[in-house]
Amino acid sequence: MAEKYDLNEREVWDGNFAASQALRQAEVDVVAAYPITPSTPIVENYGSYVANGYVDGEFVMVESEHAAMSGCVGASAAGGRVATATSSQGFALMAEVLYQASGMRLPIVLNVVNRALASPLNVSGDHSDMYLGRDSGWIQMDAFNAQEAYDLTLCAFKIAENHSVRLPVMMHQDGFTTSHTAQNVYPLADEVASEFIGKIVPVDDMLDFTRPVTYGAQTESDWHFEHKAKQHKALMDSRPVIDEVYAEFEKITGRKYKRVESYLMEDADVAIVALGTTVETARVAAQQLREEEGIKAGVVAIRCFRPFPFDQVREALENVKCISILDRSSPAGAMGAFFNEVSAALYTTSSRPLVTNFIYGLGGRDFSIDEAKRIFKEQQAHADAGYITTDIQQFSGLRGPNLGFFQTKRG
Amino acid sequence: MQDLNLLAQDNRGQSQLENSSGLVGWDDITQGTILTSFEGDATEIVNQKSEERMYSNFNSYTATVASWRIEKPVFNRDICIDCQNCWVWCPDTSIMSRDKQMLGIDYDHCKGCGVCMEVCPTNPKSLLMFGENTPLEDALSAWPEKKKKEK
Repeated sequence: MAEKYDLNEREVWDGNFAASQALRQAEVDVVAAYPITPSTPIVENYGSYVANGYVDGEFVMVESEHAAMSGCVGASAAGGRVATATSSQGFALMAEVLYQASGMRLPIVLNVVNRALASPLNVSGDHSDMYLGRDSGWIQMDAFNAQEAYDLTLCAFKIAENHSVRLPVMMHQDGFTTSHTAQNVYPLADEVASEFIGKIVPVDDMLDFTRPVTYGAQTESDWHFEHKAKQHKALMDSRPVIDEVYAEFEKITGRKYKRVESYLMEDADVAIVALGTTVETARVAAQQLREEEGIKAGVVAIRCFRPFPFDQVREALENVKCISILDRSSPAGAMGAFFNEVSAALYTTSSRPLVTNFIYGLGGRDFSIDEAKRIFKEQQAHADAGYITTDIQQFSGLRGPNLGFFQTKRG
Repeated sequence: MQDLNLLAQDNRGQSQLENSSGLVGWDDITQGTILTSFEGDATEIVNQKSEERMYSNFNSYTATVASWRIEKPVFNRDICIDCQNCWVWCPDTSIMSRDKQMLGIDYDHCKGCGVCMEVCPTNPKSLLMFGENTPLEDALSAWPEKKKKEK
């Protein structure tokens, strides 16, 4: 039996500490981990909870992130509740095994503290690692602050281990701006959290000697396609389960989560679509802009990046005149990936609002409220003109001459 | 001689690995490409002989790879000393042995690598490689004599 960990009704936690407390309360059986900034404290704290008897689990120190996720795959296939954390280069090294985990339908929870990918080497937050995971077959949820990192990590286990889902979940938070910023966090009591998540009920577990199973079979052109299609369908079908888990979480906490979070969107003419901490910046900007200049600005945030909420994004944005989609990852020769996905959803509406793309915040570059306001006002100018008056893709907060690509053919 | 009775009793090598007709669709396959090894409860499997086990169709035991072979090992009962060397070394568990008595080759799973012949200590060897289509009688009648020690 684990030792009692004293919690106050209100704690001051950063995103890392919040996530590690969620791992403790989830009574995770195995954490196989390798440290990397800025996610290290999550697994470091879990290790100390194990060492001090606060959780009855196993901390496995491994030689790399590839081994960390491999250890998680083994422990999860064995039937345990499994989690780990990583960032950036570590995430990239894990990439191969991420596909193994999802293909084997193992409900691992991975806390990804978003950080830029080298080169040049950089320890600060952007979304390039998060984007790297977007085709890996994992559910990807995004927290915008420490409270959400805590709440959604608890939800992640319940979603992943649901027998109609059985998929691994990445819990994203922004490096430093969330992971190292201490904020008020209202934790659940241990018993409440434990009851909410429930015990893991293993599926096809390798420690079931009455029914030996093979994991990691090879399939060639005769089977592979069917297995990937089935996996894709499972990911698509996880949407209502995610909604149910959010609804159940709201019942016990009053904190309401949605796969697409809309802010001031009821009458919005212009909108910013964003991920991560930028969402909160944009929300403040939208509210101030409404008061100061009467611009009807709103913000649409994607809580659940995978499965991508194609229909909900469309519903949230179809009545807006001009939308800017913010990508915090180098697009490397294309429009931003997030821009492309949101635009594809909007293309299937009859209104087909104007859409522009900003690349911003790479390597932890600050994104200010003033800059968000400037972007909103520029969208208002596009809306008033009836076409995109600037390049479609621009860079926000970049030094040097103006950089932009592609012009509209509408107008 | 090969114990043909043993082969006839079980479902060893009943399907061709290359056979891809009548495959089910995405809605009918197992989750996560998980393959079960046996039908039903396998708790007692360790105490059962291979021909008594309920191998599932996913188990490689029920599939044959005989067509991969170019040369086959032929076993000569008259010379074999039942040392079990070949049984230990075979990489495909294709040496059939029971109660430390060599029974023969599992030709459904043998790929013709020749390791059994290499590790056979008798003189002449009790296992020799012959062309896949050589009849058993021809192979046995072509068996070499005992080699004299050179002085």
